[in-house]
Amino acid sequence: MDGIEGASNPMMEEMQANGTGGVDGSPLTSTSRRKNRPIVSGEPLDIEAYAGLYTGRTKIKRLMFIANHCDNPGMQLEALRMAYDEIKRGENTHLYREVVQKIDGRLGPNYAMDAAWCSTIERKAEQRKEKLESELNAYRTNLIKESIRMGYNDFGDFYYAHGALGDAFKSYVRTRDYCTTSKHIIQMCLNAILVSIEMVQFSNVTSYVSKAEQTPEALDPPTVAKLCCAAGLAHLEAKKYKLAARKFLEVGPELGNSYSEVIAPQDVATYGGLCALASFDRTELKNKVIDNINFRDFLELVPEVRELINDFYSSHYASCLEYLGNLKSNLMLDIHLYDHVETLYDQIRNKALIQYTLPFVSVDMRMMADAFKTSVVGLEKELEALITDNQIQARIDSHNKILYARHADQRNATFQRVLQTGNEFDQGVRAMLLRSSLLKYDYNIRALRKH
Amino acid sequence: MNLVEGLLTQIQGLSSTASDVLSLQNVLKQADESLHAESTRLLPFLDQLDPSKHSLGYLYFLEACTAGPVTTESASSFVLVIARFISSCVAEQIRLAPDKFISVCKRFKDQVLLLEEPLRGVAPMLTAVRKLQSSTEHLTTLHPEFLLLCLLAKCYKTGLSILEEDIFEVDQPRDLYLYCYYGGMICIGQKCFRKALELLHNVVTAPMSTINAIAVEAYKKYILVSLIHHGQLSTSLPKYASGVAQRNLKSLCLSYIELANSYNNGKIADLETYVQANMEKFGSDNNLGLVKQVVSSIYKRNIQRLTQTYLTLSLQDIANTVQLNSPKEAEMHVLQMIQDGEIYATINQKDGMVRFLEDPELYKTCEMIEHIDLSIQRLMTLSKKLTVMDELISCDPLYLGKAGRERQRFDFDDFDSVPQRFNI
Repeated sequence: MDGIEGASNPMMEEMQANGTGGVDGSPLTSTSRRKNRPIVSGEPLDIEAYAGLYTGRTKIKRLMFIANHCDNPGMQLEALRMAYDEIKRGENTHLYREVVQKIDGRLGPNYAMDAAWCSTIERKAEQRKEKLESELNAYRTNLIKESIRMGYNDFGDFYYAHGALGDAFKSYVRTRDYCTTSKHIIQMCLNAILVSIEMVQFSNVTSYVSKAEQTPEALDPPTVAKLCCAAGLAHLEAKKYKLAARKFLEVGPELGNSYSEVIAPQDVATYGGLCALASFDRTELKNKVIDNINFRDFLELVPEVRELINDFYSSHYASCLEYLGNLKSNLMLDIHLYDHVETLYDQIRNKALIQYTLPFVSVDMRMMADAFKTSVVGLEKELEALITDNQIQARIDSHNKILYARHADQRNATFQRVLQTGNEFDQGVRAMLLRSSLLKYDYNIRALRKH
Repeated sequence: MNLVEGLLTQIQGLSSTASDVLSLQNVLKQADESLHAESTRLLPFLDQLDPSKHSLGYLYFLEACTAGPVTTESASSFVLVIARFISSCVAEQIRLAPDKFISVCKRFKDQVLLLEEPLRGVAPMLTAVRKLQSSTEHLTTLHPEFLLLCLLAKCYKTGLSILEEDIFEVDQPRDLYLYCYYGGMICIGQKCFRKALELLHNVVTAPMSTINAIAVEAYKKYILVSLIHHGQLSTSLPKYASGVAQRNLKSLCLSYIELANSYNNGKIADLETYVQANMEKFGSDNNLGLVKQVVSSIYKRNIQRLTQTYLTLSLQDIANTVQLNSPKEAEMHVLQMIQDGEIYATINQKDGMVRFLEDPELYKTCEMIEHIDLSIQRLMTLSKKLTVMDELISCDPLYLGKAGRERQRFDFDDFDSVPQRFNI
């Protein structure tokens, strides 16, 4: 540490400067690691690339979400422009009006309100609806199950395209009575799940996922992957991070881009990685995430998440937290994750703090503050909270700024408990005897009164 | 007059053997009313009787004399007479007429209070209690009177000596409530909060068919002592508390429950504002002193929590965390707590640091082993007592009758042991 070459403990050095070096799991040495830090995306989100991952309604919703929550006016306008283009390709006039209002003329005359287009679409919609209704009635009178099912399905698609989500859901659910094969059931479930996710009603999602999983026939891998994703999203929404992580980690590589109406594989990696980091313990993290071959393919798509998980596992906390910090602004623009980011980050930071102190009998708080890139005072406050919460068994020497591990003295604790239990028993029995004598008095009085 | 003379002779004659005393008792019972009629003129006749030999007769006379209203002039003379009687009377004889004895002692208490000298009554009342009790486990009506005198005379130590004994037999529920309530107050005065909590708990959870004022007042004090001693209040009464208590006590002590909630939130400023706002209410219940102790205990609680987290801490930091005004105040508080044995610490004035130590008790000494051994034996005796009581009740015909009648209401397993013939 004072410039002595070679002879002084290189191990010690690495352990002390735990921020950027340390015991390694990967073949790269500590020095080369410092140089080879892969992509640091502190830069803002590339909206085109992001939007390219999705299709359909979710693309529009996500773009509008970004526009609403982004500070950068350039990005806002970019998102709104892309949303406008995408909506024009579809048939949803309601969303169209919303987008036009948000754009407010800022993008020039090409992106103003096209009333003609609106009325054309609405007229066409009316016509199509009438046609569908008459067809459905015809099928209903003929009582051909398959046609009725397809009729309701078409209705569902129609409503969905026009943004009437509640009606779409009802139509899809009505096909249930007319499903004959498990393929039909699965199709119905997937449709219902899609609409429920758009409506943000995740309880329905969970029930339909389990319904789909219960079909007697074996499901094909992409469907299985889709169902895992949907279940994961439902758990995420319910703040059950451990379950969400498990579901996301089960998603097989067959997902590919087949579920782009809901989720992209990058999202699977991000959500799964972050939830796992926040809720798994070390063994589970190693077994299910780091050694998981299938998940590795997903992680390749988001190298920052892969790096930060590896950093956490190998105790390079400063670097891990730095990655997290860089990712944060982009994650806040994600439609499913934005209200969980704070909680997940807090949980990950706490886990890092706890994991840091676990192997040591005493820890110099100044070095720990360095490793976590925070001040000693701030660190002391955080540690105090964790100790009071009983997550770290230690005590702080505030004078010398050292954290001492403290293990409960079993023998003393046992003696104390024994004496306390004895006292409680004593008091309890005496009180009981007193009360019974009072009750006896009561009985006697009543008995006397009767005679 | 002749009647009285006749009685005197009989008393003097029949006070030697036990059987004589019993016949004397019958005579006295019949003559009781006439004695009461002559009450104002009986005082001189007392000189002819010797309290140590003719206790029963003396008692009847005395009771008749003191039956009238208490006045200041008669008070001082009677006080002397009764005190002398109590100290010299024979226990077996007075136990034959316990209600008379109790009313005499109650009069005594009234007179002492009228003269505003409760201290004079403490020792005689203690003797009276001892003589009336059939055993140390027996609670008489005089116990609460005695404790009341102790409270008013502020001799708490004497009161404590009586409270040390366990009570298992009770004459009247009202005695128990008063006894526990006064006993709780005495313990609070002596700062034995654990015992106070136990006594008050007994009142609050005692079987009662209607809510009474004693229970309400006791519950108020119970809340405050629970906060001081444990730092928290259990929100519901235990299951064995009577239904009336569970339903009504909380609503009658609302401001105290609010205080407990405010205490739990841990913000000292809020607690103090609440106390200020409700000063009169607490004052009218005579609980101001306790409330002040509750407020100071919150500082203690916070400092104790610090001992769990820190090994050493500067006085400035303590002052900041516990919301005190200056390190000097923090030092005062910590010093007080060390002296009271509530925490183990050393203060380093040079650095302004406090070092928290572990509990030095290692549980390795002979005294500790003895203590544990004694506790075990005590508990074994208690258990045996409990088993005996259980057997007695199972054989009690009243209990069996009630259990038999209510068989349908209860679980089959509970009452299977009751024979069928009790199904009325």
